[in-house]
Amino acid sequence: MQKPRLRLSTVLDHVILIIGSLFMMLPVLMLLQMTSMPDLVNMKNGPGLSFGSQLDDNFLKAMLKADGFAGANTGLNMLWNSLILGFGFAIGKIVLGMMAAYAIVYFRLRFASFAFWMIFTTLLLPLEVRILPSYEIVQKLGMLNTYQGLIVPLIASATATFFFRQYFRSIPEELVEAARIDGAGPVKFFFDILVPLSRTMVAAMFIIMFVYGWNQYLWPTMITTDEGMFTLVRGIKQITQMLEGNQIPEYGRANMLALIAILPPVLIVVFFQSWFVKGLTESDK
Amino acid sequence: MKRAAFTNRWLPILLLLPQMAIIVVFFYWPAWHALTSSFYLQDPFGFSETFVGFANYTSLWKSAPYARAASFTVVFSLLVTFLSLAIALLLAVKADKVIKGAKAYRTALMWVYAVAPPVAGVMGIILFNQSWGPLTRFLTMLGWDFKLGVNYYDTAFAMVLVSVWKQIPVNFIFFLSGLQSIPKSVREAALIDNRSASGRFWDITFPLLAPTGFFLLITNITYSLFDTFGVIDTLVKGEPGNNPMTLVYKVYVDGFRGNDMGGSSAQSVILMVLVLAMTIAQFRLVERRIHYT
Repeated sequence: MQKPRLRLSTVLDHVILIIGSLFMMLPVLMLLQMTSMPDLVNMKNGPGLSFGSQLDDNFLKAMLKADGFAGANTGLNMLWNSLILGFGFAIGKIVLGMMAAYAIVYFRLRFASFAFWMIFTTLLLPLEVRILPSYEIVQKLGMLNTYQGLIVPLIASATATFFFRQYFRSIPEELVEAARIDGAGPVKFFFDILVPLSRTMVAAMFIIMFVYGWNQYLWPTMITTDEGMFTLVRGIKQITQMLEGNQIPEYGRANMLALIAILPPVLIVVFFQSWFVKGLTESDK
Repeated sequence: MKRAAFTNRWLPILLLLPQMAIIVVFFYWPAWHALTSSFYLQDPFGFSETFVGFANYTSLWKSAPYARAASFTVVFSLLVTFLSLAIALLLAVKADKVIKGAKAYRTALMWVYAVAPPVAGVMGIILFNQSWGPLTRFLTMLGWDFKLGVNYYDTAFAMVLVSVWKQIPVNFIFFLSGLQSIPKSVREAALIDNRSASGRFWDITFPLLAPTGFFLLITNITYSLFDTFGVIDTLVKGEPGNNPMTLVYKVYVDGFRGNDMGGSSAQSVILMVLVLAMTIAQFRLVERRIHYT
Protein backbone atom coordinates (compact mmCIF):
# COMPACT_ATOMS: atom_id res chain seq x y z
CA MET A 1 0.00 0.00 0.00
CA GLN A 2 1.31 3.37 -0.97
CA LYS A 3 0.64 6.15 1.45
CA PRO A 4 -0.45 9.45 -0.15
CA ARG A 5 2.62 11.66 0.19
CA LEU A 6 2.53 15.36 0.63
CA ARG A 7 4.58 16.61 -2.26
CA LEU A 8 6.54 19.81 -1.97
CA SER A 9 5.40 21.15 -5.35
CA THR A 10 1.73 20.64 -4.45
CA VAL A 11 2.23 22.54 -1.22
CA LEU A 12 3.91 25.33 -3.16
CA ASP A 13 0.99 25.47 -5.62
CA HIS A 14 -1.44 25.92 -2.74
CA VAL A 15 0.74 28.56 -1.11
CA ILE A 16 0.79 30.59 -4.33
CA LEU A 17 -2.97 30.23 -4.80
CA ILE A 18 -3.67 31.21 -1.20
CA ILE A 19 -1.48 34.30 -1.51
CA GLY A 20 -3.25 35.19 -4.74
CA SER A 21 -6.69 34.69 -3.21
CA LEU A 22 -5.77 36.80 -0.17
CA PHE A 23 -4.47 39.54 -2.45
CA MET A 24 -7.87 39.65 -4.16
CA MET A 25 -10.00 39.28 -1.00
CA LEU A 26 -8.27 41.37 1.67
CA PRO A 27 -9.20 44.86 0.40
CA VAL A 28 -12.90 43.97 0.55
CA LEU A 29 -12.63 42.31 3.94
CA MET A 30 -10.97 45.53 5.08
CA LEU A 31 -14.00 47.55 3.91
CA LEU A 32 -16.27 45.14 5.78
CA GLN A 33 -14.21 45.36 8.98
CA MET A 34 -14.14 49.17 8.92
CA THR A 35 -17.85 49.47 8.37
CA SER A 36 -18.45 47.46 11.55
CA MET A 37 -16.49 49.92 13.70
CA PRO A 38 -17.42 53.36 15.09
CA ASP A 39 -16.18 56.22 12.89
CA LEU A 40 -14.01 57.61 15.69
CA VAL A 41 -12.00 54.39 15.93
CA ASN A 42 -11.58 54.31 12.16
CA MET A 43 -10.41 57.90 12.07
CA LYS A 44 -7.76 57.25 14.72
CA ASN A 45 -6.51 53.78 13.89
CA GLY A 46 -7.76 52.86 10.44
CA PRO A 47 -8.54 49.25 9.63
CA GLY A 48 -7.79 46.69 12.35
CA LEU A 49 -8.47 43.11 13.26
CA SER A 50 -11.44 43.43 15.61
CA PHE A 51 -14.99 43.27 14.38
CA GLY A 52 -17.42 45.82 15.85
CA SER A 53 -21.18 46.02 16.20
CA GLN A 54 -22.00 48.98 13.95
CA LEU A 55 -22.92 46.93 10.90
CA ASP A 56 -26.71 47.37 11.04
CA ASP A 57 -26.36 50.99 12.12
CA ASN A 58 -24.16 51.86 9.18
CA PHE A 59 -26.35 49.89 6.82
CA LEU A 60 -29.36 52.00 7.78
CA LYS A 61 -27.34 55.20 7.50
CA ALA A 62 -25.97 54.22 4.09
CA MET A 63 -29.40 53.35 2.78
CA LEU A 64 -31.43 56.25 4.15
CA LYS A 65 -29.14 59.20 4.79
CA ALA A 66 -28.47 61.72 2.03
CA ASP A 67 -25.97 64.53 1.97
CA GLY A 68 -26.85 66.53 -1.11
CA PHE A 69 -28.85 69.76 -1.18
CA ALA A 70 -31.98 68.02 -2.34
CA GLY A 71 -31.49 65.06 -0.05
CA ALA A 72 -32.19 62.74 -2.95
CA ASN A 73 -29.01 60.69 -3.09
CA THR A 74 -29.79 58.13 -0.44
CA GLY A 75 -28.26 54.71 -0.88
CA LEU A 76 -31.71 53.29 -1.53
CA ASN A 77 -32.37 55.72 -4.34
CA MET A 78 -28.93 55.14 -5.89
CA LEU A 79 -29.47 51.39 -5.66
CA TRP A 80 -32.74 51.79 -7.56
CA ASN A 81 -31.03 53.84 -10.28
CA SER A 82 -28.22 51.30 -10.56
CA LEU A 83 -30.76 48.52 -11.00
CA ILE A 84 -32.54 50.48 -13.73
CA LEU A 85 -29.24 51.11 -15.51
CA GLY A 86 -28.10 47.49 -15.19
CA PHE A 87 -31.37 45.92 -16.30
CA GLY A 88 -32.18 48.57 -18.92
CA PHE A 89 -28.76 48.30 -20.48
CA ALA A 90 -28.66 44.48 -20.48
CA ILE A 91 -32.20 44.01 -21.77
CA GLY A 92 -31.89 46.75 -24.39
CA LYS A 93 -28.62 45.39 -25.65
CA ILE A 94 -29.87 41.80 -25.86
CA VAL A 95 -33.21 42.64 -27.53
CA LEU A 96 -31.66 44.94 -30.14
CA GLY A 97 -28.75 42.58 -30.67
CA MET A 98 -30.94 39.53 -31.24
CA MET A 99 -33.23 41.41 -33.63
CA ALA A 100 -30.39 42.78 -35.72
CA ALA A 101 -28.47 39.49 -35.73
CA TYR A 102 -31.62 37.64 -36.83
CA ALA A 103 -32.09 40.03 -39.73
CA ILE A 104 -28.46 39.71 -40.80
CA VAL A 105 -28.16 35.93 -40.58
CA TYR A 106 -31.57 34.68 -41.72
CA PHE A 107 -32.76 37.15 -44.36
CA ARG A 108 -31.73 37.86 -47.90
CA LEU A 109 -31.08 41.57 -47.85
CA ARG A 110 -29.89 43.76 -50.66
CA PHE A 111 -27.88 46.06 -48.45
CA ALA A 112 -26.84 43.29 -46.03
CA SER A 113 -23.12 43.86 -46.27
CA PHE A 114 -23.56 47.60 -45.89
CA ALA A 115 -25.65 47.11 -42.74
CA PHE A 116 -23.15 44.58 -41.48
CA TRP A 117 -20.22 46.95 -41.81
CA MET A 118 -22.13 49.86 -40.41
CA ILE A 119 -22.99 47.87 -37.31
CA PHE A 120 -19.62 46.26 -36.80
CA THR A 121 -17.59 49.44 -37.15
CA THR A 122 -19.08 50.37 -33.77
CA LEU A 123 -17.03 47.58 -32.20
CA LEU A 124 -13.92 49.54 -33.02
CA LEU A 125 -14.46 52.64 -30.90
CA PRO A 126 -15.43 52.65 -27.24
CA LEU A 127 -17.71 55.38 -25.89
CA GLU A 128 -14.81 56.99 -24.04
CA VAL A 129 -13.17 58.34 -27.20
CA ARG A 130 -16.31 60.17 -28.35
CA ILE A 131 -17.50 61.09 -24.88
CA LEU A 132 -17.74 64.89 -25.28
CA PRO A 133 -19.60 65.00 -28.60
CA SER A 134 -21.93 62.29 -27.26
CA TYR A 135 -22.60 64.51 -24.27
CA GLU A 136 -23.39 67.48 -26.54
CA ILE A 137 -25.81 65.43 -28.60
CA VAL A 138 -27.61 64.09 -25.55
CA GLN A 139 -27.81 67.66 -24.32
CA LYS A 140 -29.27 68.83 -27.64
CA LEU A 141 -31.87 66.09 -27.48
CA GLY A 142 -32.81 67.24 -23.97
CA MET A 143 -31.92 63.89 -22.44
CA LEU A 144 -29.59 64.99 -19.63
CA ASN A 145 -30.64 63.58 -16.27
CA THR A 146 -33.00 61.04 -17.80
CA TYR A 147 -32.87 57.25 -17.85
CA GLN A 148 -32.98 57.25 -21.68
CA GLY A 149 -29.97 59.58 -21.79
CA LEU A 150 -28.18 57.31 -19.35
CA ILE A 151 -28.89 54.02 -21.09
CA VAL A 152 -29.39 54.51 -24.84
CA PRO A 153 -25.98 55.99 -25.80
CA LEU A 154 -24.29 53.12 -23.95
CA ILE A 155 -26.24 50.65 -26.10
CA ALA A 156 -24.83 52.18 -29.31
CA SER A 157 -22.32 49.42 -29.94
CA ALA A 158 -22.63 46.02 -31.50
CA THR A 159 -21.07 43.64 -28.97
CA ALA A 160 -24.32 41.74 -28.42
CA THR A 161 -25.19 41.76 -32.13
CA PHE A 162 -21.82 40.29 -32.95
CA PHE A 163 -22.19 37.65 -30.24
CA PHE A 164 -25.65 36.54 -31.43
CA ARG A 165 -24.58 36.59 -35.07
CA GLN A 166 -21.79 34.14 -34.26
CA TYR A 167 -24.20 31.97 -32.33
CA PHE A 168 -26.99 31.98 -34.94
CA ARG A 169 -24.49 31.02 -37.61
CA SER A 170 -23.47 27.97 -35.59
CA ILE A 171 -27.06 26.67 -35.55
CA PRO A 172 -27.52 23.99 -38.23
CA GLU A 173 -29.28 25.17 -41.39
CA GLU A 174 -31.50 22.11 -41.47
CA LEU A 175 -33.44 23.61 -38.59
CA VAL A 176 -34.70 26.60 -40.54
CA GLU A 177 -35.36 24.42 -43.59
CA ALA A 178 -37.43 22.02 -41.53
CA ALA A 179 -39.33 24.90 -39.99
CA ARG A 180 -40.12 26.31 -43.42
CA ILE A 181 -41.32 22.98 -44.72
CA ASP A 182 -43.62 22.79 -41.71
CA GLY A 183 -44.98 26.15 -42.71
CA ALA A 184 -43.44 28.31 -40.00
CA GLY A 185 -42.96 31.94 -41.00
CA PRO A 186 -40.02 34.09 -39.87
CA VAL A 187 -41.82 35.42 -36.79
CA LYS A 188 -42.92 31.98 -35.62
CA PHE A 189 -39.45 30.54 -36.26
CA PHE A 190 -37.87 33.32 -34.21
CA PHE A 191 -40.12 33.02 -31.16
CA ASP A 192 -40.80 29.29 -31.17
CA ILE A 193 -37.41 27.93 -32.16
CA LEU A 194 -34.60 30.44 -32.11
CA VAL A 195 -35.36 32.18 -28.82
CA PRO A 196 -35.81 28.97 -26.77
CA LEU A 197 -32.67 27.59 -28.38
CA SER A 198 -30.66 30.67 -27.37
CA ARG A 199 -31.65 30.60 -23.68
CA THR A 200 -28.18 29.80 -22.32
CA MET A 201 -26.58 32.36 -24.61
CA VAL A 202 -29.05 35.00 -23.48
CA ALA A 203 -28.32 34.19 -19.84
CA ALA A 204 -24.58 34.39 -20.39
CA MET A 205 -24.89 37.66 -22.28
CA PHE A 206 -27.24 39.07 -19.65
CA ILE A 207 -24.69 38.54 -16.86
CA ILE A 208 -21.87 40.19 -18.79
CA MET A 209 -24.04 43.13 -19.85
CA PHE A 210 -25.65 43.65 -16.45
CA VAL A 211 -22.26 43.86 -14.76
CA TYR A 212 -20.97 46.16 -17.50
CA GLY A 213 -23.94 48.50 -17.24
CA TRP A 214 -24.01 48.52 -13.45
CA ASN A 215 -20.30 49.40 -13.31
CA GLN A 216 -20.44 52.35 -15.72
CA TYR A 217 -18.80 55.43 -14.24
CA LEU A 218 -17.64 58.04 -16.75
CA TRP A 219 -20.87 58.32 -18.73
CA PRO A 220 -23.21 58.56 -15.69
CA THR A 221 -20.80 61.08 -14.15
CA MET A 222 -21.21 63.35 -17.15
CA ILE A 223 -24.85 62.82 -17.92
CA THR A 224 -26.40 62.99 -14.44
CA THR A 225 -25.99 66.15 -12.38
CA ASP A 226 -29.30 65.75 -10.59
CA GLU A 227 -28.64 63.86 -7.33
CA GLY A 228 -31.88 61.95 -7.69
CA MET A 229 -30.44 60.31 -10.81
CA PHE A 230 -27.11 59.15 -9.33
CA THR A 231 -26.23 55.47 -9.53
CA LEU A 232 -24.20 53.83 -6.75
CA VAL A 233 -21.05 53.70 -8.84
CA ARG A 234 -21.50 57.31 -9.93
CA GLY A 235 -22.05 58.31 -6.28
CA ILE A 236 -18.59 56.98 -5.35
CA LYS A 237 -17.11 60.44 -5.76
CA GLN A 238 -19.46 61.70 -3.06
CA ILE A 239 -18.26 58.84 -0.90
CA THR A 240 -14.65 59.90 -1.18
CA GLN A 241 -15.62 63.50 -0.47
CA MET A 242 -17.39 62.29 2.65
CA LEU A 243 -14.05 60.95 3.80
CA GLU A 244 -12.34 64.27 3.20
CA GLY A 245 -14.80 66.93 4.20
CA ASN A 246 -16.28 66.10 7.58
CA GLN A 247 -14.91 66.64 11.06
CA ILE A 248 -15.13 62.92 11.68
CA PRO A 249 -14.96 61.19 8.30
CA GLU A 250 -17.88 58.79 7.94
CA TYR A 251 -15.92 55.66 7.08
CA GLY A 252 -18.69 53.40 8.31
CA ARG A 253 -21.30 54.80 5.96
CA ALA A 254 -18.92 55.33 3.02
CA ASN A 255 -17.54 51.80 3.12
CA MET A 256 -21.00 50.34 3.50
CA LEU A 257 -22.09 52.20 0.34
CA ALA A 258 -19.04 50.88 -1.50
CA LEU A 259 -19.95 47.35 -0.39
CA ILE A 260 -23.57 47.79 -1.50
CA ALA A 261 -22.25 49.02 -4.88
CA ILE A 262 -20.25 45.84 -5.49
CA LEU A 263 -22.55 43.25 -3.91
CA PRO A 264 -25.19 42.67 -6.65
CA PRO A 265 -22.77 42.20 -9.59
CA VAL A 266 -20.43 40.11 -7.44
CA LEU A 267 -23.27 37.82 -6.33
CA ILE A 268 -24.40 37.36 -9.94
CA VAL A 269 -20.90 36.52 -11.11
CA VAL A 270 -20.30 34.08 -8.25
CA PHE A 271 -23.64 32.26 -8.42
CA PHE A 272 -23.87 32.03 -12.20
CA GLN A 273 -20.17 31.41 -12.61
CA SER A 274 -20.34 28.87 -15.44
CA TRP A 275 -22.68 31.00 -17.56
CA PHE A 276 -20.59 34.05 -16.84
CA VAL A 277 -17.33 32.38 -17.88
CA LYS A 278 -19.02 31.02 -21.01
CA GLY A 279 -20.38 34.44 -21.96
CA LEU A 280 -17.05 36.11 -21.37
CA THR A 281 -14.80 33.69 -23.20
CA GLU A 282 -17.16 33.18 -26.11
CA SER A 283 -18.01 36.81 -26.73
CA ASP A 284 -14.31 37.68 -26.66
CA LYS A 285 -15.06 41.20 -25.55
CA MET B 1 -24.24 33.78 -44.69
CA LYS B 2 -26.80 31.01 -44.55
CA ARG B 3 -28.23 29.74 -47.79
CA ALA B 4 -31.67 28.92 -46.48
CA ALA B 5 -33.04 32.36 -45.83
CA PHE B 6 -36.40 34.03 -45.55
CA THR B 7 -37.28 36.39 -48.38
CA ASN B 8 -39.56 38.70 -46.49
CA ARG B 9 -38.97 42.27 -47.66
CA TRP B 10 -39.97 44.56 -44.82
CA LEU B 11 -39.39 42.43 -41.76
CA PRO B 12 -35.56 42.51 -41.81
CA ILE B 13 -35.60 46.27 -42.28
CA LEU B 14 -37.93 46.57 -39.32
CA LEU B 15 -35.65 44.32 -37.28
CA LEU B 16 -32.55 46.32 -38.11
CA LEU B 17 -34.14 49.72 -37.72
CA PRO B 18 -33.83 50.21 -33.91
CA GLN B 19 -30.18 49.20 -33.83
CA MET B 20 -29.37 51.34 -36.87
CA ALA B 21 -31.18 54.39 -35.49
CA ILE B 22 -29.30 54.19 -32.20
CA ILE B 23 -25.86 53.78 -33.74
CA VAL B 24 -26.43 56.57 -36.25
CA VAL B 25 -27.53 59.03 -33.57
CA PHE B 26 -25.20 57.97 -30.77
CA PHE B 27 -22.21 56.60 -32.63
CA TYR B 28 -21.75 58.07 -36.12
CA TRP B 29 -23.04 61.52 -35.31
CA PRO B 30 -20.75 62.05 -32.26
CA ALA B 31 -17.76 60.46 -34.02
CA TRP B 32 -18.29 62.79 -36.99
CA HIS B 33 -18.80 65.71 -34.61
CA ALA B 34 -15.48 64.97 -32.89
CA LEU B 35 -13.73 64.84 -36.24
CA THR B 36 -15.12 68.15 -37.51
CA SER B 37 -14.83 70.12 -34.27
CA SER B 38 -11.17 69.11 -34.01
CA PHE B 39 -10.58 71.54 -36.91
CA TYR B 40 -12.28 74.46 -35.16
CA LEU B 41 -11.44 76.73 -32.27
CA GLN B 42 -14.35 77.49 -29.96
CA ASP B 43 -14.56 80.56 -27.78
CA PRO B 44 -14.89 79.68 -24.08
CA PHE B 45 -18.59 80.47 -23.94
CA GLY B 46 -19.50 78.39 -26.96
CA PHE B 47 -20.95 81.25 -29.00
CA SER B 48 -18.73 81.11 -32.05
CA GLU B 49 -16.12 78.94 -33.69
CA THR B 50 -13.40 79.58 -36.24
CA PHE B 51 -11.89 77.14 -38.68
CA VAL B 52 -8.26 76.64 -37.75
CA GLY B 53 -7.24 73.63 -39.87
CA PHE B 54 -4.74 71.41 -38.11
CA ALA B 55 -3.87 74.04 -35.47
CA ASN B 56 -5.40 71.96 -32.66
CA TYR B 57 -3.24 69.01 -33.65
CA THR B 58 -0.03 70.99 -34.00
CA SER B 59 -0.54 72.67 -30.65
CA LEU B 60 -1.02 69.23 -29.09
CA TRP B 61 2.19 68.11 -30.74
CA LYS B 62 4.02 71.00 -29.04
CA SER B 63 2.20 70.82 -25.72
CA ALA B 64 4.38 69.68 -22.81
CA PRO B 65 1.47 68.49 -20.59
CA TYR B 66 0.16 66.38 -23.48
CA ALA B 67 3.57 64.82 -24.06
CA ARG B 68 3.77 64.12 -20.32
CA ALA B 69 0.34 62.47 -20.30
CA ALA B 70 1.21 60.49 -23.43
CA SER B 71 4.44 59.13 -22.03
CA PHE B 72 2.78 58.33 -18.71
CA THR B 73 0.03 56.48 -20.58
CA VAL B 74 2.57 54.35 -22.45
CA VAL B 75 4.48 53.38 -19.29
CA PHE B 76 1.28 52.87 -17.31
CA SER B 77 -0.31 50.65 -19.99
CA LEU B 78 2.80 48.53 -20.39
CA LEU B 79 3.18 48.03 -16.63
CA VAL B 80 -0.48 47.21 -16.03
CA THR B 81 -0.61 44.87 -19.02
CA PHE B 82 2.59 43.03 -18.20
CA LEU B 83 1.97 42.65 -14.46
CA SER B 84 -1.67 41.62 -14.68
CA LEU B 85 -0.93 39.11 -17.45
CA ALA B 86 2.06 37.61 -15.62
CA ILE B 87 0.30 37.27 -12.25
CA ALA B 88 -2.87 35.91 -13.85
CA LEU B 89 -0.90 33.36 -15.88
CA LEU B 90 0.91 32.09 -12.78
CA LEU B 91 -2.35 31.77 -10.86
CA ALA B 92 -4.16 30.11 -13.78
CA VAL B 93 -1.42 27.50 -14.20
CA LYS B 94 -1.58 26.68 -10.49
CA ALA B 95 -5.39 26.69 -10.38
CA ASP B 96 -5.42 24.33 -13.35
CA LYS B 97 -3.08 21.94 -11.52
CA VAL B 98 -4.53 21.62 -8.03
CA ILE B 99 -7.34 19.22 -7.30
CA LYS B 100 -8.29 20.08 -3.72
CA GLY B 101 -10.21 23.34 -3.39
CA ALA B 102 -9.99 24.07 -7.12
CA LYS B 103 -13.45 25.57 -7.28
CA ALA B 104 -12.96 27.76 -4.21
CA TYR B 105 -9.71 29.15 -5.59
CA ARG B 106 -11.35 29.90 -8.93
CA THR B 107 -14.19 31.82 -7.31
CA ALA B 108 -11.80 33.71 -5.03
CA LEU B 109 -9.67 34.71 -7.99
CA MET B 110 -12.41 35.77 -10.41
CA TRP B 111 -15.10 37.60 -8.42
CA VAL B 112 -13.18 40.91 -8.55
CA TYR B 113 -14.26 41.07 -12.21
CA ALA B 114 -17.57 42.45 -10.93
CA VAL B 115 -16.04 45.26 -8.83
CA ALA B 116 -16.47 48.68 -10.45
CA PRO B 117 -13.15 50.48 -11.09
CA PRO B 118 -14.00 53.55 -8.95
CA VAL B 119 -14.84 51.28 -5.99
CA ALA B 120 -11.41 49.70 -6.45
CA GLY B 121 -10.08 53.27 -6.33
CA VAL B 122 -11.85 53.88 -3.01
CA MET B 123 -10.15 50.80 -1.57
CA GLY B 124 -6.86 52.23 -2.82
CA ILE B 125 -7.50 55.51 -1.02
CA ILE B 126 -8.04 53.67 2.27
CA LEU B 127 -5.08 51.32 1.79
CA PHE B 128 -2.83 54.30 1.09
CA ASN B 129 -4.27 56.64 3.75
CA GLN B 130 -1.54 59.00 4.88
CA SER B 131 -1.75 58.34 8.62
CA TRP B 132 -2.85 54.71 9.00
CA GLY B 133 -3.22 53.10 5.57
CA PRO B 134 -2.00 49.49 5.86
CA LEU B 135 0.05 49.73 2.68
CA THR B 136 1.45 53.14 3.64
CA ARG B 137 2.56 51.64 6.95
CA PHE B 138 4.09 48.65 5.22
CA LEU B 139 6.01 50.85 2.77
CA THR B 140 7.15 53.13 5.59
CA MET B 141 8.56 50.05 7.30
CA LEU B 142 10.58 49.45 4.15
CA GLY B 143 11.80 53.05 4.29
CA TRP B 144 9.52 54.45 1.56
CA ASP B 145 7.86 57.68 2.66
CA PHE B 146 4.69 57.14 0.62
CA LYS B 147 2.47 60.17 -0.21
CA LEU B 148 -0.60 59.45 -2.34
CA GLY B 149 -1.79 62.47 -4.33
CA VAL B 150 1.29 64.52 -3.45
CA ASN B 151 4.23 62.68 -4.93
CA TYR B 152 3.91 61.99 -8.68
CA TYR B 153 5.56 58.57 -8.62
CA ASP B 154 3.79 57.41 -5.47
CA THR B 155 0.42 58.23 -7.03
CA ALA B 156 1.46 56.45 -10.23
CA PHE B 157 2.45 53.40 -8.16
CA ALA B 158 -0.98 53.31 -6.50
CA MET B 159 -2.71 53.67 -9.89
CA VAL B 160 -0.76 50.74 -11.34
CA LEU B 161 -1.35 48.53 -8.30
CA VAL B 162 -5.12 49.11 -8.17
CA SER B 163 -5.49 48.74 -11.95
CA VAL B 164 -3.56 45.46 -11.91
CA TRP B 165 -5.71 44.14 -9.06
CA LYS B 166 -8.83 44.94 -11.03
CA GLN B 167 -7.56 43.33 -14.25
CA ILE B 168 -6.19 40.02 -12.91
CA PRO B 169 -9.59 38.19 -12.93
CA VAL B 170 -10.33 38.68 -16.66
CA ASN B 171 -6.87 37.44 -17.61
CA PHE B 172 -7.17 34.58 -15.14
CA ILE B 173 -10.48 33.44 -16.65
CA PHE B 174 -9.14 33.51 -20.21
CA PHE B 175 -5.86 31.79 -19.34
CA LEU B 176 -7.67 29.10 -17.37
CA SER B 177 -10.10 28.40 -20.19
CA GLY B 178 -7.14 28.36 -22.60
CA LEU B 179 -5.33 25.84 -20.38
CA GLN B 180 -8.38 23.64 -20.07
CA SER B 181 -8.77 23.50 -23.84
CA ILE B 182 -5.33 21.92 -24.24
CA PRO B 183 -6.08 18.29 -25.16
CA LYS B 184 -5.31 15.63 -22.59
CA SER B 185 -3.31 13.64 -25.12
CA VAL B 186 -0.92 16.55 -25.63
CA ARG B 187 -0.41 16.87 -21.88
CA GLU B 188 0.23 13.16 -21.48
CA ALA B 189 2.69 13.11 -24.36
CA ALA B 190 4.50 16.07 -22.81
CA LEU B 191 4.61 14.28 -19.48
CA ILE B 192 6.40 11.34 -21.05
CA ASP B 193 8.81 13.46 -23.06
CA ASN B 194 9.78 15.97 -20.43
CA ARG B 195 10.30 15.27 -16.76
CA SER B 196 10.72 18.81 -15.53
CA ALA B 197 7.54 20.79 -14.89
CA SER B 198 9.03 24.15 -15.83
CA GLY B 199 10.44 22.64 -19.04
CA ARG B 200 6.98 21.31 -19.91
CA PHE B 201 5.48 24.73 -19.25
CA TRP B 202 7.85 26.71 -21.48
CA ASP B 203 8.03 24.12 -24.29
CA ILE B 204 4.40 23.02 -24.51
CA THR B 205 1.91 25.02 -22.45
CA PHE B 206 3.26 28.51 -23.09
CA PRO B 207 3.32 28.25 -26.92
CA LEU B 208 -0.17 26.71 -26.89
CA LEU B 209 -1.40 29.63 -24.80
CA ALA B 210 0.24 32.21 -27.07
CA PRO B 211 -2.90 32.93 -29.13
CA THR B 212 -4.89 33.61 -25.93
CA GLY B 213 -1.99 35.75 -24.77
CA PHE B 214 -1.94 37.82 -27.98
CA PHE B 215 -5.65 38.40 -27.73
CA LEU B 216 -5.36 39.38 -24.06
CA LEU B 217 -2.47 41.71 -24.82
CA ILE B 218 -4.70 43.97 -26.92
CA THR B 219 -7.62 43.65 -24.49
CA ASN B 220 -5.36 44.68 -21.62
CA ILE B 221 -3.90 47.67 -23.42
CA THR B 222 -7.44 48.84 -24.26
CA TYR B 223 -8.40 48.27 -20.61
CA SER B 224 -5.51 50.31 -19.27
CA LEU B 225 -6.29 53.12 -21.72
CA PHE B 226 -10.03 53.41 -21.11
CA ASP B 227 -11.45 51.41 -18.22
CA THR B 228 -8.96 52.73 -15.69
CA PHE B 229 -10.69 56.11 -15.79
CA GLY B 230 -12.66 55.33 -12.64
CA VAL B 231 -9.57 54.16 -10.76
CA ILE B 232 -7.61 57.28 -11.67
CA ASP B 233 -10.45 59.70 -11.00
CA THR B 234 -11.08 58.35 -7.50
CA LEU B 235 -7.41 57.99 -6.57
CA VAL B 236 -6.69 61.64 -7.38
CA LYS B 237 -10.08 62.55 -5.84
CA GLY B 238 -11.10 64.45 -8.95
CA GLU B 239 -8.20 66.89 -8.53
CA PRO B 240 -5.71 66.14 -11.27
CA GLY B 241 -3.25 68.89 -10.22
CA ASN B 242 0.27 67.64 -10.74
CA ASN B 243 -0.77 64.01 -10.53
CA PRO B 244 -0.11 61.64 -13.39
CA MET B 245 -2.99 61.27 -15.85
CA THR B 246 -3.76 59.08 -18.82
CA LEU B 247 -4.77 60.40 -22.25
CA VAL B 248 -8.43 59.50 -21.76
CA TYR B 249 -8.49 61.33 -18.44
CA LYS B 250 -6.96 64.34 -20.18
CA VAL B 251 -9.68 64.35 -22.86
CA TYR B 252 -12.20 64.59 -20.04
CA VAL B 253 -10.31 67.20 -18.01
CA ASP B 254 -9.56 69.50 -20.99
CA GLY B 255 -12.94 69.24 -22.63
CA PHE B 256 -15.35 68.95 -19.74
CA ARG B 257 -13.60 71.04 -17.13
CA GLY B 258 -11.41 73.30 -19.27
CA ASN B 259 -14.00 73.87 -22.02
CA ASP B 260 -11.37 73.46 -24.74
CA MET B 261 -13.63 71.60 -27.16
CA GLY B 262 -11.36 71.82 -30.20
CA GLY B 263 -8.27 70.60 -28.37
CA SER B 264 -10.21 67.88 -26.62
CA SER B 265 -11.78 66.72 -29.90
CA ALA B 266 -8.35 66.54 -31.51
CA GLN B 267 -7.26 64.35 -28.59
CA SER B 268 -10.34 62.17 -29.12
CA VAL B 269 -9.50 61.74 -32.80
CA ILE B 270 -5.93 60.72 -31.97
CA LEU B 271 -7.29 58.12 -29.52
CA MET B 272 -9.76 56.90 -32.14
CA VAL B 273 -6.96 56.28 -34.62
CA LEU B 274 -4.95 54.49 -31.93
CA VAL B 275 -7.84 52.23 -30.87
CA LEU B 276 -8.80 51.57 -34.48
CA ALA B 277 -5.29 50.34 -35.24
CA MET B 278 -5.26 48.11 -32.17
CA THR B 279 -8.70 46.65 -32.75
CA ILE B 280 -7.87 45.79 -36.33
CA ALA B 281 -4.74 44.07 -35.09
CA GLN B 282 -6.90 42.24 -32.55
CA PHE B 283 -9.38 41.02 -35.17
CA ARG B 284 -6.57 39.67 -37.28
CA LEU B 285 -5.11 37.86 -34.29
CA VAL B 286 -8.48 36.40 -33.37
CA GLU B 287 -8.75 35.05 -36.89
CA ARG B 288 -5.32 33.50 -36.53
CA ARG B 289 -6.37 32.03 -33.21
CA ILE B 290 -9.10 30.03 -34.89
CA HIS B 291 -6.50 28.46 -37.14
CA TYR B 292 -4.23 27.61 -34.23
CA THR B 293 -6.73 25.68 -32.16
